[in-house]
Amino acid sequence: MKTLKIPVVELPKETEILRREVRQFIKEEKEKGAFIPKSDCWLSAVSLEFSKKLGSRGWIGMTWPVRYGGGGRSAIERYVVTEELLAAGAPVARHWIADRQSGPLFLKFGTEEQKNFFLPRIAKGECAFSIGLSEPDAGSDLAAIKTRAVKVEKGWVLNGSKTWTSGAHYADYMITLCRTCPQDSNNRHAGMSQLAVDLTSKGVTIRPIHLMTGEHHFNEVFFEDVFVPDEMVIGEVGNGWAQGMTELAYERSGPERFLSTYPLLNELTNRLIEDEDEEGLAKVSRLVSRLWTLRNMSLGIAQILEQGVPSNIIASLVKDIGTKFEQEIAETARLLVSVVPSIQSGSQLERLMAESILHSPGFTLRGGTTEILRGIVAKGVMQ
Amino acid sequence: MSEMQEMIIDSTIKIMEKFSTKEVVNEAEQGQWAAELWNVLVEYGMTSVAIPEELGGSDGDYADAFSILRLAGKYSAPVPLAETFLANWLLSELGEYVTTEIMTISYSNNSNPLQFVKEDSGWIVMGKVKNVPWARFAEKLLIQGEAEEGSILALINLKHANIVKGHNLAGEARDEVVFNQVLMDDCKIFSVNSNQMADKIYYGGALTRAIMMAGALENIFELTVNYASERSQFGRPINRFQAVQHHLALLAGETAAANMAANCAVAAFQKASGNKEIALAKIRVNEAAGKASPIAHQVLAAIGFTYEHTLHHSTRRLWAWRDEFGTETDWEKIIAKDLLKLQQNQLWSLVTEVINEEKVEIK
Ligand SMILES: Cc1cc2nc3c(=O)[nH]c(=O)nc-3n(C[C@H](O)[C@H](O)[C@H](O)COP(=O)(O)OP(=O)(O)OC[C@H]3O[C@@H](n4cnc5c(N)ncnc54)[C@H](O)[C@@H]3O)c2cc1C
Repeated sequence: MKTLKIPVVELPKETEILRREVRQFIKEEKEKGAFIPKSDCWLSAVSLEFSKKLGSRGWIGMTWPVRYGGGGRSAIERYVVTEELLAAGAPVARHWIADRQSGPLFLKFGTEEQKNFFLPRIAKGECAFSIGLSEPDAGSDLAAIKTRAVKVEKGWVLNGSKTWTSGAHYADYMITLCRTCPQDSNNRHAGMSQLAVDLTSKGVTIRPIHLMTGEHHFNEVFFEDVFVPDEMVIGEVGNGWAQGMTELAYERSGPERFLSTYPLLNELTNRLIEDEDEEGLAKVSRLVSRLWTLRNMSLGIAQILEQGVPSNIIASLVKDIGTKFEQEIAETARLLVSVVPSIQSGSQLERLMAESILHSPGFTLRGGTTEILRGIVAKGVMQ
Repeated sequence: MSEMQEMIIDSTIKIMEKFSTKEVVNEAEQGQWAAELWNVLVEYGMTSVAIPEELGGSDGDYADAFSILRLAGKYSAPVPLAETFLANWLLSELGEYVTTEIMTISYSNNSNPLQFVKEDSGWIVMGKVKNVPWARFAEKLLIQGEAEEGSILALINLKHANIVKGHNLAGEARDEVVFNQVLMDDCKIFSVNSNQMADKIYYGGALTRAIMMAGALENIFELTVNYASERSQFGRPINRFQAVQHHLALLAGETAAANMAANCAVAAFQKASGNKEIALAKIRVNEAAGKASPIAHQVLAAIGFTYEHTLHHSTRRLWAWRDEFGTETDWEKIIAKDLLKLQQNQLWSLVTEVINEEKVEIK
């Protein structure tokens, strides 16, 4: 059962200072009216201004080398900052993807020029990325993608389309997974590459797809003879699949996989305390026990990922349990307080509950569906 | 993990594989004392870990002791190791020299504590206690009681007691111990703060169960994964069926979560705090037991439902242990009391253990 071992992380005392700094900052921003807490903030709360403020404090790209505009800090320190922001429901969506995975991808596979160009911009909170994986006929079965790039002089010509692309309408770039060789039926994962596509390029069309709440979150993105210069190829041509897979453990085990509805849990607890509802708080205790356990698992994985230990199986497992937990918070809350959830409500509790319920289907889909994750975990433990 | 702890784990596994076999566990359920297993544990000093040598212990720390206990749970070791640890730790904290005797300890929040009356030649004890683990095999019992002077902790030689045999869901001895006005000239009495001592036993007991359950969960996880690869139906191993794979994934998740929770609670206990963590862990581990056992039984189907197969050694223990030293509901009520003391927006302080405002007090 070696693969399921997760270490107990004891947070270094120094992180307390950092944590208090972040809390103080959040408090001031809230008092200034810069934001109100939202559920699922890392998906739906977008603010360039807020992202820039975080950037100026050094809270984006924290773990990247200083020479690329990063903070040179540990994964655990980054963890502390991100979990504080998520718990507060702060508007972090704009820089989230770039900070979590695009930056690290450049660091790992990018050229020196790419690192010098992109990383400082991302770290300032100015440059946003989107992830171009899914296509109309390639969802869970990602290897079925058809978007293709053909070699021309000094670059590639890209044709095809992506869908469900979060934030493409405000992102500057998309890391696009595409075929650079025709599909090989013997090796479905061969012949794919990752391109950093400038979304202002000629031939790129972005159309909104509205969520069921009416929010504009994701998009369809069409590429029609889009020229992508050679300098925008990430890593090796043909190695796109393998490179993309290394992002997954980071993507799946972070605190955003169990804190999306935390602002609701907080507000629910506030209300129950106010009402001195001990029975309700007992139900919350069950959730707190799960939260505490998940957080420790996620922290443990953050630590071993930094040491380079492959953690795809436990990361998938945390995402599965964590996203189910996020959904459960809303389901528990509605039974403990009789309110009418509404997105438009002036009551924080009613609004957060509405956001949590209406966003909940996405938790177990984005970043790999529950069914796919369970397949990964099962195959992993069977080895 | 220290090198020392790895060595301890290795030797414990060897001992358990040799002496806590299917036969030994089954015989214990039939009433046989697992003497060989116990004697080896004593011989290796494993019954007095986390007690300084000066007090008769074999040194090491709590984390070492709990790593042994986790394996005792995994291998369904039918001996009062948890109880002996707890009793010996409490005694050594009171400055007592510990022995290699078989110990048990009772937690009773009942309204009828044992009554102790001082006589010239010793103490007269009266009363009865239910569900005392392994009492029929144990030599000494550590238990709270009442004397004229107030609340006490007593170390009693069990030869003075009448024992009415009882069993938990796993067939482990949980006996009733009855004292009919017996005069004891060989008991030790310590005056203690009743609530503090009761908490110590309750929280300590819960931690022993949580870690043993983490071990038992690991066992059913391994049994289930292995079985699913060996058993074929419709011409292929059943682990090729997606429905079965999902069972395995869920079981893996519950096992990993329970182990994380128990390990975190041990780490906190080691630092001499840990009450909140023990409470949270017992809730999570209990929950995992309730989810994981049915999954294992579903995957093993009829064979796992037999006495012949060993799956029940762990699943029945999980069902028994989750109710010992507090159910989910019991612990949720305790955490709820902590939550009630919080101010607005302080739940996160409790989770992260970093408090902004100084006013709040978190256990
Ligand atoms: C909020 C949100 C944001 C997103 N953002 C992005 C983004 O920025 N970029 C991007 O590229 N994509 C994004 N996605 C897309 C996401 O990655 C896909 O939705 C996901 O991979 C599933 O693909 P699908 O929706 O096509 O479902 P399908 O793959 O068609 O699945 C349909 C159902 O079948 C099940 N299923 C499929 N295959 C199997 C199998 N082998 N075994 C068992 N069950 C199976 C699935 O679990 C699911 O229940 C986003 C999705 C959401 C909801």
